[in-house]
Amino acid sequence: MSRRVRTWVFLAAAAVLGVAFAAACTGLPDFGGERHPYGDRAAAAALRQQIANAVASVTFDQRGFDTLGEELMLFGAVLGTIVLLRRAPDERRVRPPRVRVLPSTRAYGTVLLPVVLLTAAYLVAHGHLTPGGGFQAGVIAASGVHLAYLAADYRVLERIRPTAALDVTHAAGAAAYAALGFAGFAAAAGTYLRNAAPHGTLRELASGGLVPAFNTAVFAAVGAGVVVLLAHFLDQALEIESAEERSG
Amino acid sequence: MIMDVLPYLTAGWIFLVGLYGVVTSSDLIHTVGSLAVTQSSTYVLLLAIGYREGGTAPVYGDTSARTPVVDPVVQAMALTDVVVGATVTALLLALVLQAAKRHGTTDPDQLTGLRG
Amino acid sequence: MSLPAEQLPPLAVAVPLLGAAVVLVAGRWLPRAGSDAFALGWAGLTAGVLGVLWHRAGDGAVRTVVGGWEPGVGITLHADRLGAGLALLAAVLVVAVLAYSWRYFDEPPREHTGAFPALVLLFEGGMVGFALTGDLFNAFVFFELMGVAAYALTGYRIEDPRPLHGALTFGVINSIGGYATLLGIGLIYGRTGELGMARVGVRLAGEQADALLVCAFVLLLTGMLVKAAAVPFHFWLPDAHAVAPTPVCMLLSGVMVELGVYGTYRIQHTVFEPAAIVPASVFRDIFLVLGVLTALLGAVMCWQQRHLKRLLAYSTVAHTGLFLTGVALVSRDALSGTALYIAGHAAVKAALFGLVGVLLDRHGSVDEHRLHGRGRGLRTAGAAFACGGLALAGMPPFAAGLGKAAAEHAAGVHHPWVIAVYVAVSALTGGAVLRAGLRVFYGAGPRPELRPPPDEMTGSHEPPEIKEPVRGIPPTMTGVPVALVAACLVAGLLPYAAPVPGWTPAGVLLGLLSTTLAAASATAALRWPAASSHVIRPPARLHSGRVGDYVAWLTAGMAVLTVVLAVRV
Repeated sequence: MSRRVRTWVFLAAAAVLGVAFAAACTGLPDFGGERHPYGDRAAAAALRQQIANAVASVTFDQRGFDTLGEELMLFGAVLGTIVLLRRAPDERRVRPPRVRVLPSTRAYGTVLLPVVLLTAAYLVAHGHLTPGGGFQAGVIAASGVHLAYLAADYRVLERIRPTAALDVTHAAGAAAYAALGFAGFAAAAGTYLRNAAPHGTLRELASGGLVPAFNTAVFAAVGAGVVVLLAHFLDQALEIESAEERSG
Repeated sequence: MIMDVLPYLTAGWIFLVGLYGVVTSSDLIHTVGSLAVTQSSTYVLLLAIGYREGGTAPVYGDTSARTPVVDPVVQAMALTDVVVGATVTALLLALVLQAAKRHGTTDPDQLTGLRG
Repeated sequence: MSLPAEQLPPLAVAVPLLGAAVVLVAGRWLPRAGSDAFALGWAGLTAGVLGVLWHRAGDGAVRTVVGGWEPGVGITLHADRLGAGLALLAAVLVVAVLAYSWRYFDEPPREHTGAFPALVLLFEGGMVGFALTGDLFNAFVFFELMGVAAYALTGYRIEDPRPLHGALTFGVINSIGGYATLLGIGLIYGRTGELGMARVGVRLAGEQADALLVCAFVLLLTGMLVKAAAVPFHFWLPDAHAVAPTPVCMLLSGVMVELGVYGTYRIQHTVFEPAAIVPASVFRDIFLVLGVLTALLGAVMCWQQRHLKRLLAYSTVAHTGLFLTGVALVSRDALSGTALYIAGHAAVKAALFGLVGVLLDRHGSVDEHRLHGRGRGLRTAGAAFACGGLALAGMPPFAAGLGKAAAEHAAGVHHPWVIAVYVAVSALTGGAVLRAGLRVFYGAGPRPELRPPPDEMTGSHEPPEIKEPVRGIPPTMTGVPVALVAACLVAGLLPYAAPVPGWTPAGVLLGLLSTTLAAASATAALRWPAASSHVIRPPARLHSGRVGDYVAWLTAGMAVLTVVLAVRV
């Protein structure tokens, strides 16, 4: 198919789908409506379980099985990236350049790093109480580590980023999530993923049963996983030299 | 009246625009970006469906348990969806990176070797 | 086992997923063989759990709400004989694949000896979860988990440009399918406020089919039909299967594609059929056409290939078309026949891919013409390959033949013409495999043309997937395919109770007919090579390898499905 024909085939089909979808939208309840049966049940269940953050209650407790799949998907993406961005036999590793940065930039990065990591720690610890949680905290912590690259250079980032340990951490986090499901086995007559720990009191730090534990496992998996993922992309850009680049 | 369906219609529009991007793309990075656009239609649709007029975030941090809240289920779904998007994008970009090295191009129409 | 049956489904998903993470960590310290053996242990455990589940499910279903929640809050899993059976099939095939690929790749990424088996276990977790879930959004999650693991596995050999291309096409098309499904889930959730498939079905009872439900049906099924490689959503399949590492092809062709057919069935059967939103008669008409078109196109394309992996890939398209046809017949007999057909096909197709892997390992080529007579030394492999071709053609008493006979029997009640499609497609795909097998392993026929035709893949000069020059073929690489073919034979001899009728005279005769036709077409192709190949060029040109084309076709397919459905309901 030529590009022209392809575009016209698509536009004709898209016109049909567009009309159908628009007609379908008129069959949905009006935007902002009152009727949310599952949402109401989920919110009530969150309060019953003493979990102030109802989204966390759905994510880690009521529909924790989705999140099991989601965490392992992330694990698979990191593993897939490790596999796909490995050094090919005809490539070699070069030392990344040392880069000069302004002292003020360096100082700013040094000050900001602990602030970012503290924010991440707060978010994961309060994931069942306030917006946030292990996933968000993991992404924030991982981007904090990369301040070293922005405020210094790649060599510094490589020093503060123990890839081997993080590699184990991200897999251990994913394994911990799957394994925490077995806690319900011991406590509640063989029920996988049951939130079997005491639920505490709403809005207190020690509440929500196992949800804080799930949050911590996700934090480890995501934080370490994102660093490892970015490490492989950055290595490709900065360190790995293909046969062509070497000769040309 | 139009506000009753406009957010839903937006989702359909974003989906088709993303597909248009994939169909007409001449750069694989753009293809992966267009795919991410296609996916964002699902966030818009889910969150629009879960909205409740006057509802607050479904977090009872400092509000009474009787406060009306928006649907927490669609938010949890959107969160999972975001992770799906991030993982697929990362994997596809890794493939694009290697394909660019091995094929010497990022134009999807220039990748040859699979046909017939 | 003292566990209540309803706790087995979540375990069957959790075990391979936990195994994947543990195997990867252990792989930092374990040698290759250690990682492989460890992964094999996890896969075996999963298969064991699923075997018990399948046995306990019996003719009913095991229903679980994960985490002990009440239905409507937690995620419902629904393991009936079909779903649990497919999950068990996936698990058994994973065991076979891990055994086959024992020391298969020569260079796992440094310090990650467990990378390949861990990805396979993740893939398994995704497939098992998808087969067992009874929740729409949960199905999407496992659909994507399957996808993510499969894209990475397809592109595993980064030093070869083609797998990267195939994996990209695979990833883009399947992701679009997944997102369409999620939009459909959004529409259904907006209308009913439910995610559990059965609850949605109950909620929809009494409603009229309107634009929203038609649109939701098409969007939901787009993802399933992409996975199932139904025309015109199928273009990614030959591209991905032709280039993925052989053990991965065994899983993709053997069970992942079939899960798309299962998803189609599950959604129609649980969500749309009970409330008569899409009545059985409408579903039957539309999907019979879709299934038959897919089967015929796949068979024609299969016949024309000389790239052996691509030949097998198109035969998968053809057979999936037949499975879709079986589901479209909407009868209990056709469904159980199709289930048996899927199981028999999985064993045979995985075996055939495995044997092509042996050729690739020995000769660095999967080109039928260039390999002419070069497989003569591989006696066991050659015999197994020929048996595989016969089984694919529907020969009694292979299980694939019995499944085909049962589906034909059910089709004969209302749609006798469909029997002709089953026979023709089996004959053409089985014939293509027989032709290739006779050429390669027995040197039959004159030396074929080596010069490649202008726009076609030949499969010569494929880089071998293993690079250890001085070693024999690992015994598992021949042993596993032989065991799979034997399993297909034994499964066809077991005494079955209704609804699978067992061998009937008509079934045996039709099986013999398609086998004879397959043998005749293979013989004709060997005697007159020029006259029998490349009869039909236009469909081949549509398979351009360009992802933009494929997405245009996908959109067109969705549009046609929408219009047809809107007219009919």
